[in-house]
Amino acid sequence: MSKCRRLGALVGALLIACGPAFAGSPEKPAKYGLGRLALPDEVAVWDIDVRADGLGLPEGSGTAARGEEIYSERCASCHGDFGEGIDRWPALAGGRDTLKDERPLKTIGSYWPHASTIFDYVRRAMPYASPGTLSDDEVYALTAYLLQLNDIVTDPDFVLSKKTLAAIRLPNGKNFIPDDRLAEPHYAKGLVPCMTDCRPGKAKITGRARALDVTPESGGAE
Amino acid sequence: MAERPKKPSDGSPDRLRRGLLTGGLVAGGFAATGLAGKARAAGDKAILEAPEWTSGLGAGVDKAPYGSPSRYEKHVVRRTVDWLTADSIASVNFTPLHELEGTITPNGLCFERHHSGVAGIDPARHRLMVNGMVETELVFDMDDIRRFPRVNAIHFLECIANTGMEWRGAQLNGCQFTHGMFHNVQYTGVRLKTLLDEAGIKPQGKWLLAEGADAARMSRSIPLSKALDDCLVAFAMNGEALRPEQGYPLRLVVPGWEGNMWIKWLRRLEIGDKPWAQREETSKYTDLLADGKARRHTFEIDVKSVITSPSPQAPIRHRGGHTVVTGLAWSGRGRVASIDISLDGGRNWLPARIDGPALPKAAARFYHDLDWDGSELFLQSRAIDDQGYVQPTKEALRAARGVNSVYHNNSIQTWFVKRDGTVENVEVS
Repeated sequence: MSKCRRLGALVGALLIACGPAFAGSPEKPAKYGLGRLALPDEVAVWDIDVRADGLGLPEGSGTAARGEEIYSERCASCHGDFGEGIDRWPALAGGRDTLKDERPLKTIGSYWPHASTIFDYVRRAMPYASPGTLSDDEVYALTAYLLQLNDIVTDPDFVLSKKTLAAIRLPNGKNFIPDDRLAEPHYAKGLVPCMTDCRPGKAKITGRARALDVTPESGGAE
Repeated sequence: MAERPKKPSDGSPDRLRRGLLTGGLVAGGFAATGLAGKARAAGDKAILEAPEWTSGLGAGVDKAPYGSPSRYEKHVVRRTVDWLTADSIASVNFTPLHELEGTITPNGLCFERHHSGVAGIDPARHRLMVNGMVETELVFDMDDIRRFPRVNAIHFLECIANTGMEWRGAQLNGCQFTHGMFHNVQYTGVRLKTLLDEAGIKPQGKWLLAEGADAARMSRSIPLSKALDDCLVAFAMNGEALRPEQGYPLRLVVPGWEGNMWIKWLRRLEIGDKPWAQREETSKYTDLLADGKARRHTFEIDVKSVITSPSPQAPIRHRGGHTVVTGLAWSGRGRVASIDISLDGGRNWLPARIDGPALPKAAARFYHDLDWDGSELFLQSRAIDDQGYVQPTKEALRAARGVNSVYHNNSIQTWFVKRDGTVENVEVS
């Protein structure tokens, strides 16, 4: 099915907007001729992702000082005044140097690899009950404040923008490694699973769920 | 119109007559057959007395235009664990695996995991956009999607935090809670490759961003090689439209890969040359190791199995004798090749019997027919996939990763069956 059919269904204004894209590309017939051209305005509204290298960051800016005001009003009721997290809502700050501890605290400062993710996620999904209500300037300001809560930005008047955000490195960024599960000894190729007398002696209980008693009442057998 | 028969009451002549006959018939019957070991002192009322469903008429058609399970199956439901999450809107519940048979999970029992609640999408207002490094950025509506060539595929979906609560030790008493972030469903939809080809992927495209239309605008980066290999954009599950909680009207199917990537309420596919470092692939769904390093992009789900019955919520209710031990096995790297069962906590293993299909990246149902002597059992199952990977022990996984990985816990589960038939989640050495 040719692209002409797709274009034919569009109004004139769209033809003008989309025409050059065709003119510049080699003619490759689409397979089924389904769907319609996405308009630049439509793509702009939905394409809000921001990459670690800053690609996708919008114009605009904000300071940590401004971010603190927004945070107090719109974020602190769940995440706490200092990003410590209230109840089971996520902590956003603290936990530095706890990743090898028995109970690591994974926050922006202690765990997250990229500052861009703060901007992307806040703009995408926060505030929890009313996502999409923050302006880009407000998201820059909030991101700056979250960086300040994590001691990554120290000057409250630091202006976070497209340029400055892409340059920020988070402390734990270098501790992410590729998936190497298959190098673990139990996944070695050619292992023949043991079938008889695989362990000495009788099985001894070393831990039991009943000891913790955290299973929901309604979930039990009786 | 026929006269409606009266429902018999407890004092009806029929009921009284049957009562009088009971004693004599039973005594004579057992003496004649010689099945003394199985005899009862008195006849079974379930046989001797006609129940109301036999002595009267039942409901007509259309009483329930969309049917539901028997009133006696009301306990077979998804359940949550309240203390796990801050709020039920960003939470999870669990498939009642201990009550299910075969390999296909019924739609209403497939576990739910939402980050900002269920998006209640009107399909007439739903759109799927393809943008980024494509020749032509396109928008499809649901009618368009349904006009592409269609495929069917059965795959398991596992939230990769499944069994995550068990890293430090046995914690939850029931396979619904330890293993119930899992379902296995037949999907109908369009190959993702078909949709992407329609837009025309530019040569520099290497990654795909999939994004949902929910309030979390849930988003994940997926290598383009996977997207073009076996991913689907599905609009139906088990023969009917997707359930709202499973992504109605459109979801991504990413066979064998962690459930979070199977974007529900799918509204956008973007092609790019690098991953997008989204929250769910950086701060979440990365696996912290004991040395403080964290693995990222751990997409494939390793071979895993669990005995679903007996299990803590499905105890053995007879004293001994023939007992069906059954469970599910799966691998994100291929087909389940075999499953072994241990009754003694991993000392000795016996091959289990697979019944039904064992398809690639789909659940397999296994059985072990046990003549239980009534003694204590430490039941375990161990699956092996067609790539040769063997389900590891808890010790092996902890030795390699520590206990703070959260995700990808595919270790061997132990159920302690006591003499009274009750079952507990335990760990054994």
